[in-house]
Amino acid sequence: MAAIVHLEKFSRTYVTGEVEVHAVREVDLEIQPGEFVAIMGASGSGKSTLMNTIGCLDRPTSGTYRLDGVNVGDLGRDELADLRNEKLGFVFQGFNLLSRTSALENVELPMLYSRPRLPGQEHYERAMQALKLVGLEGRADHAPNQLSGGQQQRVAIARALVNNPRLLLADEPTGNLDTRTSIEIMGVFQTLNAQGITVVMVTHELDIARYTKRTVVMRDGKIVTDQPVTDRLMAEAELQRIDREHQAIRLQP
Amino acid sequence: MMIFAILKIALRALRRNALRTILTMLGIIIGVGAVIAMVSIGNGAKAQVEAQIASLGRNVILVLSGNVSRGGFSFGFGSAGTLTQGDYDAIRREIGGVAGASPEVRSSAQLAAGNQNINTQVMGVGVDYVEIRSWPVVNGDNFTEQDVRTANKVALIGSTTSQTLFGDIDPVGQIVRVRNVPFTIVGLLASQGMNMMGSDQDDILLVPYTSAMKRLSGGTSFRSLNVQAENAKRISEVQEQISNLLRQRHRIVEGRDDDFLVRTQQEISEMATSTSVIMTWLLGVIASVSLLVGGIGIMNIMLVSVTERTREIGIRMAVGARGDDIMMQFLIEAVLLSIVGGLIGIAIGVGSSRLVSMQMGWVTLVSPESIIGAFLFSAVIGVFFGFYPARKAAQLDPIEALRYE
Repeated sequence: MAAIVHLEKFSRTYVTGEVEVHAVREVDLEIQPGEFVAIMGASGSGKSTLMNTIGCLDRPTSGTYRLDGVNVGDLGRDELADLRNEKLGFVFQGFNLLSRTSALENVELPMLYSRPRLPGQEHYERAMQALKLVGLEGRADHAPNQLSGGQQQRVAIARALVNNPRLLLADEPTGNLDTRTSIEIMGVFQTLNAQGITVVMVTHELDIARYTKRTVVMRDGKIVTDQPVTDRLMAEAELQRIDREHQAIRLQP
Repeated sequence: MMIFAILKIALRALRRNALRTILTMLGIIIGVGAVIAMVSIGNGAKAQVEAQIASLGRNVILVLSGNVSRGGFSFGFGSAGTLTQGDYDAIRREIGGVAGASPEVRSSAQLAAGNQNINTQVMGVGVDYVEIRSWPVVNGDNFTEQDVRTANKVALIGSTTSQTLFGDIDPVGQIVRVRNVPFTIVGLLASQGMNMMGSDQDDILLVPYTSAMKRLSGGTSFRSLNVQAENAKRISEVQEQISNLLRQRHRIVEGRDDDFLVRTQQEISEMATSTSVIMTWLLGVIASVSLLVGGIGIMNIMLVSVTERTREIGIRMAVGARGDDIMMQFLIEAVLLSIVGGLIGIAIGVGSSRLVSMQMGWVTLVSPESIIGAFLFSAVIGVFFGFYPARKAAQLDPIEALRYE
């Protein structure tokens, strides 16, 4: 099976004034369909640069990046935009929903930019379906400020899924959430992954990375470890365990 | 992206900052309103001048006697008294294509009838005068050649003067004393309204020019001669002939200035309307400047809007919006601002021109061209001043935009 993400000798260099910053140096990475990968590392390790490149927001300075067989290095701004629209779904740390805009319309957003255009009725149907997938079909007409953090992140996930992307990218998706909500969100990702969706996420929390299937650790622009998760956590079981603990605390006098 | 979706986004963005939107639009509203109101005032003035010139009569050529300047002070054309009975007779006798001609002498005099008296303009004219001016006698009759030859004491009275002196009584047959000389009124003139200087043309008494010169003013020369050409085609030919004839009669050698002035109605009309055309343009241009300022206001607010919504732009780009999509969104927003402002401005412009004509009694003329022009201009302003901010938005780097706080 062809790899979804194929990076070969990927480097990204920023020029700030007279100093050249090598954010990522000659990284090779391959991600197959159906994988659930956590990219980890301290700040400045190059994980964000790697993520931006995988997300087609940025292009390699040297080396090649193929997304689902398409060579990204050759593409212009418009073609990158189309690629993001068609093949990628983004989930951000800060949710990045449009304020004072209903959950439904937020989820419909990527379809506004789809080429060829979709009929309006299909916008509605697909957006509702995506909201159902994250369990928020009852909140379709709520604005982001009427939703909890976890619910907002679910809306963002629904938005990322609405164009049936080949790859779901999440940048610190649990960074702004409490422990329990974080586990719930990881549960959503696990469910989606079980349905065959490829997920790549950036995180610096080891606990969160344990819900994925493979961890890639970066340091100083290079991959230092790349291994499968052996002691994998399942969100559903974890939530039950937390509930039991809470109950136990409450039972103590 | 569908135009409907863009419009929806733009409307929402504009509604979100309702006060700011209204204030920004105000520039365009005032600009468009001012252009329409000013142009309507200018056009009204022009139409009025044209109507007044038409009231001079048709195919009229005006011969004014030369001007007197004494000590560097010019008294204007008509003051020198260079036109004589001889000139008048020569014109009648020698020039072809003339339908009618009449001398004109003017003086101001005290009129009295019964216990009423009034100071008004007394004009000495020929028999053809009312015909040339297309100024019908509505009651009674015009005086005759006989009256002119004998300097008879007969008069035609203007409607305002008649009203003042006789009220509702029929003035025909009544006696009016002009500087104590009794004149019999033989006819009442139709009402003409105001002339282009704003004075009442109906406040007048017309008497045979011979009577005016012998019995009232005592002069021997005419202020001007009114000549009517047979038809419009012959006007310049007649004008040329009169000029040559008078130069000959006045012994004006080649290279010297004429001591008279021959003007056709066409020329007078052009001179008079040219000022109002210039005024219309001037008013329009001044008003357009405020439209331009309104456009700068739009640009300013759109730049603020782009900065404020950098993150939103980043989100849209991340989910696949092309630069063109973002550009279109902001451009539509700017154009919407200017077009809605333009429409409100049109309403206000039309309304205020109505108000001006009602309150101040000016003639205003709202032309469809000025409405269409102002509307298109405001749309163009929206595109022009919205372009730079929209392009700035479209060229944002998605990574930077997403990170923007």
